[in-house]
Amino acid sequence: MKCIVCVKQVPDTSGVVAVKEDGTMDRAAMATITNHDDLAAVEAALRIKDATGCKVVVISMGPAPAEGMLRELLAMGADEAVLVSAREFGGSDTYATSQILAAAIKKVGVEDDDIVFCGRQAIDGDTAQVGPQIAEKLHLPQVSYVAEIAVEGKSVTVKRLLEDGYMTIKVQTPCLLTCVKELNDARYMSVGGIMECYQKPLEIYNYETLKDDPLIDVDTIGLKGSPTNVYKSFSPPVKGAGMMMEGADKATVDKLVSILNDKHII
Amino acid sequence: MDLHLSKEQEMLRKMYRDFAENEVKPLAEWVDENEAFPEETVKKMAKLGMMGIYFPKEYGGAGADVLSYVMAVEEMSKVCGTTGVIISAHTSLCCAPIYENGTEEQKQKYLPKLCSGEWIGAFGLTEPGAGTDAQGQQTTAVKNENGDWVLNGSKIFITNAGYANVFVIFAITNILTDKRGRKKKEISAFIVERTDPGFSVGKHEKKMGIKGSSTCELIMEDCTIPADRLLGKQGKGFGIAMKTLDGGRIGIASQALGLAEGAIEETIKYTKERVQFGRRISQFQNTQFQLADMYAKTEAAKWLVYSAAMKKQNHEPYTMDAAMAKLHAAEVASDVTRRCVQLFGGYGYTREYPVERMMRDAKITEIYEGTSEVQRMVIAANLGIN
Repeated sequence: MKCIVCVKQVPDTSGVVAVKEDGTMDRAAMATITNHDDLAAVEAALRIKDATGCKVVVISMGPAPAEGMLRELLAMGADEAVLVSAREFGGSDTYATSQILAAAIKKVGVEDDDIVFCGRQAIDGDTAQVGPQIAEKLHLPQVSYVAEIAVEGKSVTVKRLLEDGYMTIKVQTPCLLTCVKELNDARYMSVGGIMECYQKPLEIYNYETLKDDPLIDVDTIGLKGSPTNVYKSFSPPVKGAGMMMEGADKATVDKLVSILNDKHII
Repeated sequence: MDLHLSKEQEMLRKMYRDFAENEVKPLAEWVDENEAFPEETVKKMAKLGMMGIYFPKEYGGAGADVLSYVMAVEEMSKVCGTTGVIISAHTSLCCAPIYENGTEEQKQKYLPKLCSGEWIGAFGLTEPGAGTDAQGQQTTAVKNENGDWVLNGSKIFITNAGYANVFVIFAITNILTDKRGRKKKEISAFIVERTDPGFSVGKHEKKMGIKGSSTCELIMEDCTIPADRLLGKQGKGFGIAMKTLDGGRIGIASQALGLAEGAIEETIKYTKERVQFGRRISQFQNTQFQLADMYAKTEAAKWLVYSAAMKKQNHEPYTMDAAMAKLHAAEVASDVTRRCVQLFGGYGYTREYPVERMMRDAKITEIYEGTSEVQRMVIAANLGIN
């Protein structure tokens, strides 16, 4: 058994969000972190490894510096890492990204008792599309919004976190799960793990590595293969200070109703 | 001379910072107010390999280097001086002398449990009448008819004592007469376990700072231990103690460095928020100059500490380097934390902000594991000034 986990390096939005003059995000000017939901997926896989001794492979598509993030995940306990990186893959939207990641996962190999993990969504795009699209392209059953996992042989029982409650589903391996950050608290890297992480295997999959896969075609990858067109990126305008109204008398309530009316809220 | 950290050291620093920020800092005030030994934090640190950072994997260590250990003490001490000294005393004063002087059997028996944090370590040299004058000790160890060692005496101010399982203890094993007929104590080192018959932990000290650190008296009343607990050769105890303290001083210097850095970080944050006379106090030149001075001298301390650590790692002589690092870092920590309290003004004197705790914690770094005066003696002796 093995767990394959897709991870993305994203800008650290807890700091300053830098936007270029043309409205696109200035990623080079921002610190990067591992996407929160993806980190929960890694931790879920590592817990299965703790219990079963299975192998954990982490995969990321991104520029060369994403290797640093993958090394950190190896220091947490992952066994192998794959960095999917090529000029041809640049500019991919969720459709093209899932094509490429699905091809990369095929190259790693999905066996009968394997689980593919993704985070629910990345904090930079917030689409939640890549995981489900990978599952479709790999013909794997998928469960999204996973907030609890129990593995028993080839049977996986998961609890989905929905807006109005939970849904429990049983699924057979091989399958794909997209995880929410509420699933767990990710472990720290350990000192021993850090000392070993540069000795662990990290493979680079470039265009040459994946080009023979039917999913990889110039029309389905990169900017050209991306149906999405980003019209504009911008920082949302800062909201003005709120207005506090005190008092439970009729006059105050009338005033509140009048304001809400003016704004067409009621 | 390469002043850059390796990729692994950079990653370790990041991990230590995350851990300190999320796990240690939130408890620091509670640890101080309640004089509480942070047991759960120690367990978490142990799980991450922080209780045996620079020992080889074959003995259960994490296989990193001395600088990686120094950075752990530094980062923990930035937010909690107590947590920093727990790692330092355990590593430098107990694991290190066993690793450096122990037989293979002793290393196999003690180091894996110490490095995994299953056992906590401590070091017993100081006695009521033997502080700076370490030769003045009274604790004795005598062999009985079974070949066991029987220890009698007491030790004071022992860091980690209340929670430690293993102690490196020094005792007089003989009185020798030199060529001129003068009496001289022969001191030997022993490994004593908490459960050994006749061993007990006595009074818990109430201290000015590092209040969560367990500082107690050790009492040995006919404490009987097997012959194989002698650490190093009989009569070599004083040398083992001094060599151990050389390493320990790097640990305490790291603690002092962390305290100074932590106080500066808190003060920069505060002075950018606090407004007086219609301006942030960070806009006043006094604040800027004070913090610039503090930062410059703290950085100087950092390089003395790191340099001593690298020399120890490379098996170069480092006695004087460790003494200089501890002397400078401890005095910087005391000065910087005091000045930070001043920049906080009245709020700095309250326990609402951490700088008063840092100031109390910093004072001990000028005293334990060799006072600043002892460090000056070591430096002067190494310069051949007598």
